[in-house]
Amino acid sequence: MRHLLSINDISTDQAHEILTTARELDRVSDGQIKKLPTLRGRTIVNLFFEDSTRTRISFESAAKRLSADVINFSAKGSSVSKGESLKDTAQTLQAMGADGVIIRHNASGAAQRLADSGWISASVINAGDGTHEHPTQALLDSYTIAEKFGRENYDLSGLTVGIVGDILHSRVARSNVLLLQKLGATVILIAPPTLIPVGAESWGAKISYSLDDALGLLDVVMTLRVQHERMSNYFFPSLQEYSRGYGLDEVRLNNMKSWAVIMHPGPMNRGVEISSAAADSSQSLVLRQVTNGVFVRMAVLYHLLGGSQSTQQPEIGVSL
Amino acid sequence: MASILDAGDISRALKRISHEIIERNHGLSNVTLLGIPTRGAYLSDRIALNLSEIEGSVPHGTLDVTLHRDDLRLRPPRPLLPTSIPPEGIEGRDIVLVDDVLFSGRTIRAALDALGEIGRPRTVQLAVLVDRGHRELPIRADFVGKNIPTSSLETIRVRLTEVDGHDEVVIESQESD
Repeated sequence: MRHLLSINDISTDQAHEILTTARELDRVSDGQIKKLPTLRGRTIVNLFFEDSTRTRISFESAAKRLSADVINFSAKGSSVSKGESLKDTAQTLQAMGADGVIIRHNASGAAQRLADSGWISASVINAGDGTHEHPTQALLDSYTIAEKFGRENYDLSGLTVGIVGDILHSRVARSNVLLLQKLGATVILIAPPTLIPVGAESWGAKISYSLDDALGLLDVVMTLRVQHERMSNYFFPSLQEYSRGYGLDEVRLNNMKSWAVIMHPGPMNRGVEISSAAADSSQSLVLRQVTNGVFVRMAVLYHLLGGSQSTQQPEIGVSL
Repeated sequence: MASILDAGDISRALKRISHEIIERNHGLSNVTLLGIPTRGAYLSDRIALNLSEIEGSVPHGTLDVTLHRDDLRLRPPRPLLPTSIPPEGIEGRDIVLVDDVLFSGRTIRAALDALGEIGRPRTVQLAVLVDRGHRELPIRADFVGKNIPTSSLETIRVRLTEVDGHDEVVIESQESD
């Protein structure tokens, strides 16, 4: 495994391996070991063309706990705002000797372009590209679900996960549909028809236009942020009306199964897709998702950069 | 392929090592066993069981050293194995590391680094079932089940009931594979 661009790139076995590694890292960090020497001397670049708080910090923290050197690059305040292309930016990073590039970009396929172009030899990790995919978010969501429901072997069969809201613009939803089904869970997409992408029937997930109808079936309610910044048209009459139909309010919170849990990839629009009562309830795993994100990203960095198959050739003359 | 130790030999070697650990440390009050997974962890469990029969129980756990290895970049990434440090911790304790085979010494170097991240033991001792020579680092074992002189082309395989279904140590020469 050289890059992580899409959940489609990894097999079920590889997903299990990454999640198991994350669990061991979780356990090790839970004890006394805070810092591991594994990626000492490796340079990881956070290449963020889009705003992000938790993903960038999570990757940075994961890389630092593995002793890698981290360079943060955000498009604001860089030469990108002077018109530099992705290619020139990438070649600059290559010239600086980056071993891993974590890219977030507003264009779907940007990570793939960077990995396939030959511009750089570093491993590329997709940290969200347009409305396409966000694989590490899906990995940490599955990790969190498995942890909550005690699925030690990361087999999620028998669990029903509802992904609620702005499916159309959500890379988190796409990656999650792929991974959750790989791991055996049943997925229901719940949104107004305007926010269900064309062709979603072929994803293998069920589709429902009513949160109230589906709520009783769900073990996990995963709410998504309404992505105003990607909405050029009107997809629903008003936020209030959207919230009435698809917001996780107190009434719906009480109608959930007693053991069901609430997840949200963040940032939350409180009062729109999720009420404060739901976000702060004991059933909410939102903060656990953030904590687990660091371990899952450490595991991904370890699998991509920890061994010999990345770009560096082993030094000649080193014996085992 | 030749069998070097059978189940009885392994059990006797571990009994002797258990007695030696007690003798060296004048009892067990400050001793903690840490096995290196996979097989070192099972050997450490067995030694802990012996100790509890002879003198008394000791804290024992496991220490995975994968992330501290210096040869990580020479091989594909390998899965991590469980680490569990007993609640007593390692600070000021007499730690006995347990592994199946002592070869280059690099695993033990990684284990010493891993211990350094957790705390400062009073002493670190090493118990191995087999010492096959060919050290690449200045490391030696305090307790050895059996010294087996080998050629660097040969492979020592330790099989334990917990993983492999039976207890045995065999030596394989590369040519016959």
